[in-house]
Amino acid sequence: MPARIAAIALNTFREAIRNRVLYLLLVFAVAMISCAQVLSLMTVGSEEKIIKDFGLASIDIFGVLTSVFIGIGLVSREIERRTVYTLLAKPLHRFEFILGKYAGLVLTLFVNTSVMTLWFFLILALKGMFDLRLAIAVLLLFFQFLLITALAVLFSCLSTPILSGVLTLALYVVGHLLWSFDLLQAKLTSVTGRVACRALYYLLPNLGNFDVKGDVVHGLPVGAGTVGFAALYLAFYGAAVLLLACAVFQGRELQ
Amino acid sequence: MAVLELSGISKSYRTHLSLRRYWILRDLSLAIQPGEIFGFIGTNGAGKTTTIKLALGLLFPDTGSVRLFGEDARRVELRRRIGFLPENPYLYDYLTGGEFLDFHARLFGYSAPERRRRVADLLERVGLKNRGDRQLRLYSKGMLQRIGLAQALINDPELVILDEPMSGLDPIGRREVRDIILDLKARGRTVFFSTHILSDTEMICDRVGILVRGSLKAVGRIDDLVTRDVRFWEVALGGVRDAALPCGLVVSRRDDQVLVRVESQGDLRRLIQSLNGHGTTLISVSPGRQSLEDLFLREVRSADGTAGVKAAAAAGKD
Repeated sequence: MPARIAAIALNTFREAIRNRVLYLLLVFAVAMISCAQVLSLMTVGSEEKIIKDFGLASIDIFGVLTSVFIGIGLVSREIERRTVYTLLAKPLHRFEFILGKYAGLVLTLFVNTSVMTLWFFLILALKGMFDLRLAIAVLLLFFQFLLITALAVLFSCLSTPILSGVLTLALYVVGHLLWSFDLLQAKLTSVTGRVACRALYYLLPNLGNFDVKGDVVHGLPVGAGTVGFAALYLAFYGAAVLLLACAVFQGRELQ
Repeated sequence: MAVLELSGISKSYRTHLSLRRYWILRDLSLAIQPGEIFGFIGTNGAGKTTTIKLALGLLFPDTGSVRLFGEDARRVELRRRIGFLPENPYLYDYLTGGEFLDFHARLFGYSAPERRRRVADLLERVGLKNRGDRQLRLYSKGMLQRIGLAQALINDPELVILDEPMSGLDPIGRREVRDIILDLKARGRTVFFSTHILSDTEMICDRVGILVRGSLKAVGRIDDLVTRDVRFWEVALGGVRDAALPCGLVVSRRDDQVLVRVESQGDLRRLIQSLNGHGTTLISVSPGRQSLEDLFLREVRSADGTAGVKAAAAAGKD
């Protein structure tokens, strides 16, 4: 079983690294990270903060874009091009196919994030601004990419690439604004409204758990508890989403 | 024991907006025997691809069951014993031919040396020995079909299922695919393929099944299905001037040469006797027998009406 998942993962990784869109995104990300230096010149006294903030935001945005743009077509494109037929006619379980596709994109994201991070750290090191806590912020961003990729794979099993992309990006935005649901439910008088708000708060992915950019940039400590909770949240929520994706794909007829 | 057995298979679908049910297959039963080449013929939309997808577990039947090698076809492990090539596949054009085959070999868990051996062997077998390091995006249609066939054979399967393997190929490509199918039979493998190219079917199949609008209309050996008795004669004559022929229908005329069709032996005799003394020469006499195409057209006509006949005639020209 792991060999078959690895075979699918390797092929997915190969497809991604031979895709020009990935390189285009990577070039933009590196350019954006480099641009932080220019922007910092326009500010007085907060050059370090601007460079770190801009660099982390660039890694965040381009990591998410890679997850979404590659993730949304991961399954649907295989069905559309009928390549999945030859694979599922082999001794390959459908859940192995989904897990392999996911693992392949995770590998792609790892390489992608590593390149962006190394460039970012190189710039900081040259300016004498390197701070190890930035690595924690990047690690949590990587956790976020893994969760978004799982969501993109789930939507890819259910729908067309365009709709999957819209839904995944919408969840990314909502996931970062989930704290407002908590505030809202405290102000609601209707019990039904409060229950609905609470339910959404727990059901939707809380991406705020992975966002420590502000703390790191401002030099605030990030505890092991924060990292541990984010890892556990990813493990449970990500596993649930992937399980759902496998179940959906298992019952799907391949027209 | 049948290699592939479909029993009472029915399949329908509903469109998103309508509750109306459209039947693709109705009560289809079919058994493919070991070592045979079975041609599954039908017009476009007859349900051939749906049948194949049901056999492979890509679609689920409304009723009926599919058995592979005597076991429930849903068992994934049974797919170690089969090979499949879909119709007009895309085939990961960013991979080289060698990488493509190696990827499929990995799904069977073969070791690296075993994969290398199988890939090299298959590249040679399908005539792509020197093209294995070229990306599939640079392959011609015929080469893609051959590499597609190679991935279907990577596990040396007992049963090979091919969906329209000759579709869109030029005569040379069709010949190559035909040779590979015959080679598989020589190696004792079973081949089940769908097609609407009747000449190829007639040439290589042990048995055929005719599918018309989701129903299996005929199944068996071609010799058992079509009447091999002479049904008419075609007589080619030279030096024919204005003199009227005693019988027969003129099928074609070029200068003083005509092709005449006569329906009975008596008419044939009368026609030949009438040639004496008119300067007309007999060039050839060819007996006309029923072909698979005639049978196919008849089945489509009886099930489908005129529209079906037109479609079948178009298919027969391929």
